Amino acid sequence: MTFANSLELLRFHFVAYTIYAIFIISVIAWFGYNLTRKEKAKSIVRIPFYGYMAFLILMGVGHHIFTYNAIPWVSEDITRHEIKPDYVFKISIKDHRWKLPKEKMVVECGKKVLFDVDSEDLTYGFGLFRKDGTMVMQMQVVPKHRNDLLWTFNEEGVFDLTSTEYAGPAQYDHETGQDLMFIKDAFEVKCNKKVALNNIGGSK
Amino acid sequence: MSKFMDTLINGTNFDHTSLNALQKVTLRAVVMSFLFFGLLTIEGMIMRGAQVDPNIPPIFGHADHYFSIMTVHPIVGIFGSTYQLVFAAFMFLVPYLTKKPLYSVKLANWVWILITLGTALAWIAAFVWNYAPLYTLYWPLPADVKQFKIIGGIVFIIGVALIMIGTLGFIYNIYATIFARVGIHKNKTTKELLISGFGIDGMLNLWHKITGKPPYSKEPALSLPVVAIFRGTVDTFLDALVILGAGILVLVYLFAFAGGASWDLHAVDSLLYKNYFWWGLDLVADGLVLIYVAGSWYLLATIITGQKLFMENVARAALMLELLVSWMVWSHHLLADQPQPEMMKLISGEMVTAFELLTQGLALFITLVTLWKARPLKMTPPLAYLLGGLVGFGLAVPAAIIQADMGMNRVLHNTQWISFAHFHMALIVGLYMTLYSALYVLWPLVTNNTKLFSSKLTWVHYWLFLIGGVGMGAFVGMAGLDGMLRRHFYVNGEFNTLMILGAIFGSMILIAWFIFLFNIVMSVGLKGLIGIFLPSKDKSASYGIEEEEEVTPAPAAVKN
Repeated sequence: MTFANSLELLRFHFVAYTIYAIFIISVIAWFGYNLTRKEKAKSIVRIPFYGYMAFLILMGVGHHIFTYNAIPWVSEDITRHEIKPDYVFKISIKDHRWKLPKEKMVVECGKKVLFDVDSEDLTYGFGLFRKDGTMVMQMQVVPKHRNDLLWTFNEEGVFDLTSTEYAGPAQYDHETGQDLMFIKDAFEVKCNKKVALNNIGGSK
Repeated sequence: MSKFMDTLINGTNFDHTSLNALQKVTLRAVVMSFLFFGLLTIEGMIMRGAQVDPNIPPIFGHADHYFSIMTVHPIVGIFGSTYQLVFAAFMFLVPYLTKKPLYSVKLANWVWILITLGTALAWIAAFVWNYAPLYTLYWPLPADVKQFKIIGGIVFIIGVALIMIGTLGFIYNIYATIFARVGIHKNKTTKELLISGFGIDGMLNLWHKITGKPPYSKEPALSLPVVAIFRGTVDTFLDALVILGAGILVLVYLFAFAGGASWDLHAVDSLLYKNYFWWGLDLVADGLVLIYVAGSWYLLATIITGQKLFMENVARAALMLELLVSWMVWSHHLLADQPQPEMMKLISGEMVTAFELLTQGLALFITLVTLWKARPLKMTPPLAYLLGGLVGFGLAVPAAIIQADMGMNRVLHNTQWISFAHFHMALIVGLYMTLYSALYVLWPLVTNNTKLFSSKLTWVHYWLFLIGGVGMGAFVGMAGLDGMLRRHFYVNGEFNTLMILGAIFGSMILIAWFIFLFNIVMSVGLKGLIGIFLPSKDKSASYGIEEEEEVTPAPAAVKN
């Protein structure tokens, strides 16, 4: 299983966590009900202590192994210093204003894009969003440090940019409350579907 | 006078003059805690409302108002309400469980006064001067005088400092009581108390069991809940030092700017500061809260069942493990920070953090088995609230573990997922349901068997609070999956459906608080409420020493 983008990942996550939430609420409710009954409850399943502990360890460790293998951006992120990007965009922030490249940021699908963002004053965030508000990805922008994010876009689209970290109310218009760091259509990905699917291992 | 008015003024059978000094100081902090909880809930509802329509009063579409509330919301919630309630319970429980007097009732009074005053000052700083760097205080934002007035920052930091000084007072009182060699600890050495406090006796007992040697200590010097309090308080201490340290840094800069100096804010490295601050702040979230909660579950399970805790030695050892884990997990807050070394992200942020699934899962298991072995039990409010608390952490801890992953964090960091599916769920449902359970268990002891005005209202409060907490956590958490940021001001109704649902469930928590408050006021009466704050005639700083020789959980074992 491989997730091409955050939408697929979060959809999977939503289903998995909802099932878990219903399960844990049901278990405690079943438990509470049977605590009050005089008749001995029939065990649905007997869970040995060490089995339970092993399950928790497996969940804790297995979760990371799963995401490392299923989410393409994890290994790319860890080894980003050794990867030569296809595109490099240098961006800086000062006084709640972006300084973006002069040319519009347009990339091809499946290419490796490096965002090199620095802040001259406060801690901000760098986040790209789809038109429906869902997040493509983000990182923190710590002032006076190198904040670099290597990303491979496997989906076509025009994405909006805003700061994902609060850096004071000056980010917003005092009268209207509008986000002054919001840049509509800041980034575009042009895709050839075949190329995109090959890049993620053709899971679809 | 009508019966209603009579009960409102005089309560059921509450007599404040019969309370001793320890009971009164406990109740004073409890009263302040629940008043702050009300303020907290109102603030929360203002923010819920503003996320539906940002033009509602008192926000009026202004981001600075919104973020001022967001800044004080955790100060009021964590310190004004939760710390006060937990400190009150522990300053009563430690003397009760160890059968020794509290070291100083006077100091206990200063604790609630300082925390109340500090919380009020922080609130005033946000309300009057719109000081709004948020609780994270990411450097150099708290000293950014281009955005915030210096006076606001100074008042806010002094408020937080007072809270921390009050916290240090609590810590001193607790340790001075535990280490006092009087009563049942008359013949114990400091070394024995330390070994027990850190859970080393539990570990040695386990080791000797494995190697077939006789137990190191058949009867540990400290009971398990006291061990949890001892252990959690280590984190409380470290956290207080870190927050105080950060506060001093901010104050020094603000005073320098007030004096006309133009210091370079970047002389302090933002990443280093972030590591330092999160290390300390995380000792609250992943340290003392989890340890105190585990200890509270163990205490409540033994009191409710009247039986010994299942796998007590394992529980003692696990509390030690939890303490060590809590010191090494802060990097999960910096998984989205690219300058943070990858190894710290992997080891501290992912691997060690995953241990919390183990330690909290273990606490859940031990509590459930202890209850199960004692069945049938009557579904009393303490038991129901305890189960609610277990549900809260059962939902909240995995939600955080999921995000404490480099892959997931890239698309979930700073969204409403962590804010609601995790920490609102953990605090409102997990922690507060546990605290309500403790409150109903301790109520007869602290109030000298005062009859509650209405048990029906208790149940109404229970269901409203549980459903409201889970519902709000779930729906606003889902907005996080849809990309909603948690520290962002939305003005175009971007996530309206989920925000309306969140507000509906959130309002259930507010209604629950009103019902709870009404029930308590009707039980103690307005006269009693005022009487709690009057000096007590009985200056005793202990409870139940005369009645009992052994440390046994008291109002035990209600069985069918």
